[in-house]
Amino acid sequence: MTTATLAPSSELSKDEILRYSRHLIMPEVGMEGQLKLKRAKVLCIGAGGLGSPLTLYLAAAGVGRLGIVDFDVVDFTNLQRQVIHGTADVGKSKLASAQESLRDINPNVEVVSYETRLTSQNALQLFVDFDIVVDGTDNFPTRYLVNDACVLLGKPNVYGSIFRFEGQASVFHARQGPCYRCLYPEPPPPGLVPSCAEGGVLGVLPGIVGCIQAMETIKLIIGQGQPLIGRLLVFDALGVKFRELKLRKDPDCPVCGTHPAITRLIDYEQFCGIRGEEHTSVMAGIPEINPREVKRMMDEKQPFVLIDVREAHEFQICRIPGSTLIPLGEVPKRMHELDSATEIVVHCRSGQRSGRAVEFLMKAGFHKIHNLKGGILAWSDQVDPSVPKY
Amino acid sequence: MAVKIMIPTPLRQYVGKQDQVEVEARTVAEALSNLASEYTELRRHLYNPEGKLRSFVNIYLGDEDIRFLQKEQTPVNENDVLSIVPSIAGG
Repeated sequence: MTTATLAPSSELSKDEILRYSRHLIMPEVGMEGQLKLKRAKVLCIGAGGLGSPLTLYLAAAGVGRLGIVDFDVVDFTNLQRQVIHGTADVGKSKLASAQESLRDINPNVEVVSYETRLTSQNALQLFVDFDIVVDGTDNFPTRYLVNDACVLLGKPNVYGSIFRFEGQASVFHARQGPCYRCLYPEPPPPGLVPSCAEGGVLGVLPGIVGCIQAMETIKLIIGQGQPLIGRLLVFDALGVKFRELKLRKDPDCPVCGTHPAITRLIDYEQFCGIRGEEHTSVMAGIPEINPREVKRMMDEKQPFVLIDVREAHEFQICRIPGSTLIPLGEVPKRMHELDSATEIVVHCRSGQRSGRAVEFLMKAGFHKIHNLKGGILAWSDQVDPSVPKY
Repeated sequence: MAVKIMIPTPLRQYVGKQDQVEVEARTVAEALSNLASEYTELRRHLYNPEGKLRSFVNIYLGDEDIRFLQKEQTPVNENDVLSIVPSIAGG
């Protein structure tokens, strides 16, 4: 844990009054609201797509203590949406980069960095010192963990979630309304719902949803307006449609219901069906081949076909020479194009989708078939660095 | 009864990129089943291998969660709007 600035708490300095003047002249915030902001302690989980706008605005608004939990390092693929980080920050820890930006925006804010993965072992201890927790994570296990820890401690959980062009936001505050488990009792099985790394996300979308989370957090702190408690906001960026759905507290909810089965934090990876390495769990029993081995087969002119099961728009980004595109969804109806007597190597971006294709084709009677381990990403790393990674 | 089903952006790829689909149905179960019959690729995203509606896909009639109505047996009326709201986790 590192602390940037230590803020005094009782009143505003002359500089702060000037800085927050646009807040202070509104009676809904005023001096009272601004002091509430200054005394507030908010913990943000994740300094990524949602965490960027969220922490930037909370710092600018004058939240007294801003905790951030993250263990990641800034990479080039983050910059399309994670606006708290800049090009010069690539390779730095996200927390160091975020702290630098936040200190510049508002040196009055005490930024507390927790450079660690949030776990069942540390969550309660981390959350207990904060008034509000804001969920800007990017995976199901951490979302259930954040929810359960907030319910157990009675803290509000400001929720936001994004995927491609879809956004969701709500405030889960089990003392006053439903929690995340009331909304979704169970996570999807692994592999069925792609992550943003696999499925993509429009860069502006986390900006919109993260700002809604920041707004809800500030409203909770100053006690103004109607928070999103008991309401789910669903945003369709393509249609520019915000819709509001009712959220009800589930009396049978395993964590916030009348007879909770979960009274302490559990193993969330196990709950979400994830164990060990993402790749190995899905790929058990599927024959794999290394990129260098495939290159050797090419160089030796061995007869084999290379099938690329990515989508057409990905094929336009980069491809392995000599490969044939059959998007995963078309494999069942186009497998007659393949000869089961010929060696077949199947690849995608990272080896996940091609693993599913190989599994399907093996069941359909193809036995001389291999999954290219690590996909075209590994091909770029190990065989041909001129192939761009995405 | 003709009811409208709002398709969330992640599932639009399975329904020819439409944002809504109209189906004839008397109950929520019928509406979803007719939708999945018309767009077969959508089926595995709505139902588990045992044919049960997946627990991470919520269905709303208007703004009300069908789990708090009569679940899939909830009757639907002409011009009702159903929404599919899947769990997403990106951040």
